[in-house]
Amino acid sequence: MIADLETSIADCNDVSAPDYRPLDELRALQLARLQQIVARDYKNVPLFRQRMDERGLVPAEIHSLADIARLPFTVKADLRDNYPFGLFASPMSEVVRLHASSGTTGKPIVVAYTQQDIDTWTSVVGRAMAGCGLHRGDVIQVSYGYGLFTGGLGAHYGAEGIGATVVPTSGGHADRQIMLMKDFGVTAICCTPSYFIHLIERAAEMGIDMRDLPVRAGVFGAEPWTDEMRRHIEQAGGIEAFDIYGLSEIIGPGVGCECRRHAGLHIFEDHFYPEIIDPETGEVLPEGAEGELVLTTLSKQAMPMIRYRTRDITCLLPGRCACGRTLRRIGRIGRRSDDMLILRGVNIFPSQVETALLQVEGALPHYQIVLTRSQGLDQMEVQVEVTANMFNDRMGALQAVHARLQAALDRVLGIRVRVSLVEAHSIERSEGKAKRVIDRRNA
Amino acid sequence: MKIQQLSIFVENKPGHLAAPIRLLAAEGIDLRALFLADAREYGVLRMIVSDCARAVARLTAEGFVARVTEVLAIEVSDHPGGLAGVLAALDATGTDIDYMYAFPCRNPEQAVLLFSFADTEAAIAKLQAAGINPLASDELLKL
Repeated sequence: MIADLETSIADCNDVSAPDYRPLDELRALQLARLQQIVARDYKNVPLFRQRMDERGLVPAEIHSLADIARLPFTVKADLRDNYPFGLFASPMSEVVRLHASSGTTGKPIVVAYTQQDIDTWTSVVGRAMAGCGLHRGDVIQVSYGYGLFTGGLGAHYGAEGIGATVVPTSGGHADRQIMLMKDFGVTAICCTPSYFIHLIERAAEMGIDMRDLPVRAGVFGAEPWTDEMRRHIEQAGGIEAFDIYGLSEIIGPGVGCECRRHAGLHIFEDHFYPEIIDPETGEVLPEGAEGELVLTTLSKQAMPMIRYRTRDITCLLPGRCACGRTLRRIGRIGRRSDDMLILRGVNIFPSQVETALLQVEGALPHYQIVLTRSQGLDQMEVQVEVTANMFNDRMGALQAVHARLQAALDRVLGIRVRVSLVEAHSIERSEGKAKRVIDRRNA
Repeated sequence: MKIQQLSIFVENKPGHLAAPIRLLAAEGIDLRALFLADAREYGVLRMIVSDCARAVARLTAEGFVARVTEVLAIEVSDHPGGLAGVLAALDATGTDIDYMYAFPCRNPEQAVLLFSFADTEAAIAKLQAAGINPLASDELLKL
């Protein structure tokens, strides 16, 4: 009873107030913002205007939130095709930040922020953290990568914005991170769930029990994680684990986050309007139905996203959360509708592996991606069957083929993975779609 | 003069070396010489066998990656210095050796080395010019 009261008090501070906005106000705000952003995008982004014209639609025809279903979708390929700045709605003089994430080809996906966008981002991440019970006085370690990736800086600004003490460790140097967690009295950590598991194990090797450290909460995201992983993290880490959701195309981390009820992730829908669609037909599905999450940014200036198809499969949970927030929740994301896999927070597509293999071999040998987890860290192995063409009696030449495959994969994927040459026919053949990925990480 | 050698790609995992060997045994193919060149995760198994063409065909049909490669067989005097003498001659002609291994001879008075050269044709010419005659295939398999 008392814990609930404390939670309510902690939640009802300035930071979280917008989470409790009365529904009718929220819907009115969303409609006003939707109309504004559609008008702005129509005026400033040629691709959007072209798609609206194709539909014979003008911004003035958006009268209700239901009319959002009439608007065209945006897909990842649109960002790739308009690299680097083709989807910007603000002049460069107003763009104060650029971030980039991985795409299926060599060119990254570029996203942009005006100062107001940065402030919006700061505030939603702040609201996410406040929902996890974090506040001024907390010492928050940010172990997401800092740089072009939105994770590190997103978490950093959000934590700073709520007045917490931020420790910007970024990734790597696990021993030092653990030492700082102990010496700085870190009370909360932001990183990928698998990295935290790695820290727990590394700490144990160092003779430190994570449960003895002051850290009490973890805000985990950038990759899907199961309830089993959550239980393991909470037991072995002695913390409360929270799922945070985001994607660079929308803003970065902070699109949605669990509250202390852990009953779904609240979407900060005053800024990001959620829909669930049937991924095959594009039809909008009702509450409770599982489908692809589509998000519309209601307030972004530099790079608005109208009905962006996230490829994440989830549902909108019906009803109101016990925490009292009026923001709708999505179910935890378990899988994607495309082939993308996430390794230590990095997006990887099997098609990238194929590109690399084709570059070296000219033809596509049979291959398989095997994902495992060792000491909390994701490992990826690309098994490539040796073909008669690839095989060379000279060990030096064979090793050179191996090295070329390794170099091509490093170049295309942007991270180092293991390449193994395996015997012909050792990879299982399938009748239908080739099973390119064997994921043993959550086994 | 060119000796046919069987080369097979083998993963460094339990049972993977035995598999092609078992197949050759089932085919009644006799192994005369062999060398396993190893890298960490895989190796190249090189063999001189009684019927190289049939061995490659059967191995390939069973899904192994195998091919025929060429080596030269050079007889050396079976005393200390025998091999050194041949190597000195090869070095003097600037002939590039990729690898070599011994061919077991039933006659204890004889010693034969198998050599793989970067350019087999050029090696034959240089060896003969230096007075060294590689063995013909049928001569080798009689040893």
